Amino acid sequence: MPKSPARTKANPARELVFGDLWEYDPAPETADPKLKPRYDLFINGSFVPPRAGKYFATINPAHETKIADIALADASDVDAACKSAHKAFTNVWGKMPGKERGKYLYRIARLLQDHAREFAIAETLDGGKPIKESRDFDIPMAAAHFFYHAGWADKLEHLAPGRQIAPHGVVGQVIPWNFPLLMLAWKIAPALAVGNCVVLKPAETTSITALKFGEICQEAGLPNGVVTIVSGAGETGAAVIQHPLTTKVAFTGSTEVGKSIMRSLAGTDKKLTMELGGKAANIVFDDAPLDQAVEGIVNGIFFNQGHVCCAGSRLLVQESIAEIVLAKLKRRIAVLRVGDPMDKNTDLGAINSRKQLTKITELVKSGVAEGAEKYDTGCKLPAKGFFFRPTIFTNVSMSHRIAREEIFGPVLSILTFRTPEEAVEKANNTPYGLSAGVWTDKGSRILQMSTLLKAGVVWANTYNKFDPTSPFGGYKESGFGREGGKQGLLDYLSVG
Amino acid sequence: MPAAKAPTSLRRLFDEIGTVDQVGIEERVAKYTTRSLKKKSKVFGLRLAVSMVDLTTLEGKDTPGKVASLCQKALHPHDIGDIPTTAAVCVYPAMVKHAKKHVGGTSVKIASVATAFPSGQAPLKTRLAEVHAAVNDGADEIDMVINRGAFLSGEFGRMQDEIAAVVEACGQATLKVILEVSELETFDNIRAASFLAMRVIRPGDFIKTSTGKTSSNATLGNNQVMLEAIRDHFLATGIPIAMKPAGGIRTAKQALHFLIAVKETLGDEWLNNRRYRFGASALLNDLVRQLEKERTGAYQAPWNFSEATEGY
Repeated sequence: MPKSPARTKANPARELVFGDLWEYDPAPETADPKLKPRYDLFINGSFVPPRAGKYFATINPAHETKIADIALADASDVDAACKSAHKAFTNVWGKMPGKERGKYLYRIARLLQDHAREFAIAETLDGGKPIKESRDFDIPMAAAHFFYHAGWADKLEHLAPGRQIAPHGVVGQVIPWNFPLLMLAWKIAPALAVGNCVVLKPAETTSITALKFGEICQEAGLPNGVVTIVSGAGETGAAVIQHPLTTKVAFTGSTEVGKSIMRSLAGTDKKLTMELGGKAANIVFDDAPLDQAVEGIVNGIFFNQGHVCCAGSRLLVQESIAEIVLAKLKRRIAVLRVGDPMDKNTDLGAINSRKQLTKITELVKSGVAEGAEKYDTGCKLPAKGFFFRPTIFTNVSMSHRIAREEIFGPVLSILTFRTPEEAVEKANNTPYGLSAGVWTDKGSRILQMSTLLKAGVVWANTYNKFDPTSPFGGYKESGFGREGGKQGLLDYLSVG
Repeated sequence: MPAAKAPTSLRRLFDEIGTVDQVGIEERVAKYTTRSLKKKSKVFGLRLAVSMVDLTTLEGKDTPGKVASLCQKALHPHDIGDIPTTAAVCVYPAMVKHAKKHVGGTSVKIASVATAFPSGQAPLKTRLAEVHAAVNDGADEIDMVINRGAFLSGEFGRMQDEIAAVVEACGQATLKVILEVSELETFDNIRAASFLAMRVIRPGDFIKTSTGKTSSNATLGNNQVMLEAIRDHFLATGIPIAMKPAGGIRTAKQALHFLIAVKETLGDEWLNNRRYRFGASALLNDLVRQLEKERTGAYQAPWNFSEATEGY
């Protein structure tokens, strides 16, 4: 270390140097995720091959290599699945006292904790998210949902005092690829707690942890047929949703698919809950603590590569501080690390699939074509695999596609506003309404904004915070129904 | 109240420098603790930390003998291996002349706390006299405490004037301004005091968290608040201010977390002992222990490392 006297001249360039003086060596997570080369369908408590004998490959998006073969369920498999679920509901689960159901849920929660490391690695391998997120967020949160709902199982009479409640029976559930195990937990835990049986279809690109969850159900001794996992593509999901035995359908995914599900179920008496897309506004006022707001902006849009339905993808910043916020944001994302998801120091992992990467690339191109100004960190990306640099757009106007359409990637569109009224107007000017963020030092403004913003969740001076006790769901085309909390349980019951 | 003593509004200062959200900053620093350092990057970090230590003894029972062995330890942190010297030894003014005998003319600087450390509750004249005495005895660096009373009663002008007077008394010596963060209590106050101090000290002078004499000392949170203040001041004025967290950093792992905060907040130009220091006593032992572990591949027997600041 040089030991020259302490006097250093002022640096006229006034820029910080984030160079390679001290590089972090690779710190890969290396434990065994205990995967099978081939995953069959989890029906009636055991793993069975699909009747047509068809499988599809699931790949690691970070290396584009095959991980395993996944069974492709067709309508006949789904039929068998729904029948076994119905039988389990009628004979066992629907009749079981709540406190007994609760024991199974507690057992599942504890087993998820026991196998946390293995699940975290499997999740990262199959989905591309950074290991630190699957390790510190996805898996612990999935276990937390089972713990929370296990506690409710024997206290259901407090959900709707004085009224008759009853489970629906067999619930058909279709979940997305962005938080595979966590979305499974959001769906399965409340459904089981109130006495439903479930037939769940995981996303095509991320079936592994759902099928591994089948192993957890076996280990927990869950009665056969209470949880059924049928993997496959869109047709499999449609078969689950349309099957006559599923009396309730819960879907999380894109608004486009959500609409087609609603169309296909029109005229039936199936109960529906939908958690769809979003284009959340993250609103920063001039009195906000700016460094923490910048941190929140980064959490909001770059968490899970932006594959988050409630991602803060539109930054609305007060005009007077737009320049300084942008400068701080650029400096912050300069130290984000993009790369191997299995490295413990990776902040942004791989994009989930080539299809999604193409979609992000296409929307970013449209942003440039429509005249918005693009900035990315220019960081080095791995040669193989699906990766995208953290990207921000300035000079964005409300009519641009990047301000209106859900990108579902690490791409932030920055707009400005002058007054609170304008901020609300811009924030609400979207078909979506899943979430929003408000950053200000003024408490009264937080309360006012939370009433004016048409969004299911409004975070104040933070972003992307979740808890099993807190209901989550959307306004407008972001869906209906709530997940989590008391409200989420009520959506899995008929209340008479 | 006479105009000269009129307190400057804290609110007005915040309008200029911005505030800090406690929850947000704690969330930010928690991310530093999940960084995983392995192999070469770990060794680099550990060696860097050793070179940044202000090896400190500030006890009523300090003697020339203890200071002598402290100095030896600073010059040769371990009897084997190639381990850098520490940045400085940090002692009370009365011990400066004893330290001078051992580290004078070496790369290890002599830092001395002064200004009625740790409370600062003495007349300004007395405090300045203490600084003069330490500098005359050969101190290269002076660690002063701010007048927390003046800050908390809103007399920012007085607080800054006193720092400016100490700057003058320092002459060629580097100044480290201790904010004593635990007595300022809030992150907002820490940010405000950092700015007030930075505006009257010279490029390369330090702001420092604590005396180590109160219940809470350096944390990743208050370190981050001060790093961000340094960053904002630098970007606004081009003046680089250095940083010294002190007290409570006992393990190598903690030190690495602090360095990761520096790397990701201020960048490469602060990753040296001219711009970043650790005020610590026990830390050096753990850094050496970890370096030996990296060198040999195994932890050494506990009796190979003393827990005492000056011991081996």
